Amino acid sequence: MPTLRVVTTIFVKDLRVEWRHRETLVSMCVFGVLVVFLFNFAFEPAREETLRLLPGLLWIAFAFAGVLGFNRSFAAERENAGLEGIRLAPVEPGAIYLGKMLANLFFMAIAEVVVVFAASLWYNFSFLPSLGWFALTTFFCTLGYVGIGTTFAAVAANTRMREVMLPVLQFPVAVPVFIAGVEATTGALKGDPVGDYAGWIRLAAAFSVIFVVLSYLLFEYVLEE
Amino acid sequence: MRRTFPPLVHLLVTLAWLLVAMAMIFLYAPQEATMGEVQRIFYVHVSAAWTALLAYFLIFLGSVRYLWKRQPAADDFAYGSAEVGFVFCTGVLVTGPLWAKPVWGIWWTWDARLTLTFVLWLLFVAYLMLRSYVINPARSAVLGAVVGIIGFVDVPLDYMAIRWWRTQHPQPVIAGGEGSGLDPRMWVVLLVTWGAFLCLFSYLLRQYLRLAELRRGVAELQRERD
Repeated sequence: MPTLRVVTTIFVKDLRVEWRHRETLVSMCVFGVLVVFLFNFAFEPAREETLRLLPGLLWIAFAFAGVLGFNRSFAAERENAGLEGIRLAPVEPGAIYLGKMLANLFFMAIAEVVVVFAASLWYNFSFLPSLGWFALTTFFCTLGYVGIGTTFAAVAANTRMREVMLPVLQFPVAVPVFIAGVEATTGALKGDPVGDYAGWIRLAAAFSVIFVVLSYLLFEYVLEE
Repeated sequence: MRRTFPPLVHLLVTLAWLLVAMAMIFLYAPQEATMGEVQRIFYVHVSAAWTALLAYFLIFLGSVRYLWKRQPAADDFAYGSAEVGFVFCTGVLVTGPLWAKPVWGIWWTWDARLTLTFVLWLLFVAYLMLRSYVINPARSAVLGAVVGIIGFVDVPLDYMAIRWWRTQHPQPVIAGGEGSGLDPRMWVVLLVTWGAFLCLFSYLLRQYLRLAELRRGVAELQRERD
């Protein structure tokens, strides 16, 4: 099968499965919103502090919601030996990775929209003036985060205690996207000229490309039995 | 190797070398002008850091070789480097704050190199945890290799990100800009200490390799018996 068809087949399959039980997406959104909610009690940000705290808050919420979702994406495959079925299919393992990764990216994007909406409402902050650059920043950082998270989720699915294993693998490796996400989001939300934080967006983009390519090449080994 | 350089000799050389290094740190190395005696921890700190970085590189080499050739020995090499490297990395994180408290007045700061060392330490932890959570040894080796390679590629990116983010660590005294530089005697002590650490590292690693080999032998004998 041509790579592109494998990618779309896996992507559509994951979306269909999600549409039928709606577990992953709901838990990601609820969890993300809960982080925003708890944050309010932890820091009680006054109006003028919001801009300083908001980028960090958003990225913590994204990071945790993401880990939750990635874990589900492979845990579900294991429950009914779905992974064995996928493994048997005579297709390129890298394409399977891309399909899963795109599905995770799609779920992350929805969860992020929900989190941003909740944060915007509760902290009385309008994202509209800087929406374009904010969206671009978030896209690249999320791509890097999902790109590596999907691979690590597949790795962690092989272990006992996979719920613990995934964040332990994911967070140290994802440090660059996390820093870039917070810094570029700060710049974008403040309305700074793009030149000031373009370096961070470039770093996130470079990270994304490197880790998607690396995962694409290594996924074969993650899947083998 | 075993015959020409038996482990016992290796151990004795390591111990003697460590003693010499220690004596040189306290007796031969000149006292630093502003930091005083506490600066002597520098020799241990930097040597441990270099050794930990080397261990990280060895994990990468072992991982690539394992995925390519599928020799259990290559995986042992990666895993042993991780175990021993983790100890050295922990040493860096312990000696750093001991020096920082009297000199900077604080135990820890989220400066670039400190943060990166901490990330490196977390990567060691992640690798070792993963290895112990996968039951099947062959799977454990393959997944460990994947994580070892990804982690290695990640380090330069982490370094760039964290460096842009902030920097407070003393600028590199070695091969740094103008005004940096070590007294030649300090250089000698540093290299002797690093040599002793490398000797210790290689001793521990080779003992691990031997242990892993014996373990595989035992497993094989058990299989034959059953």
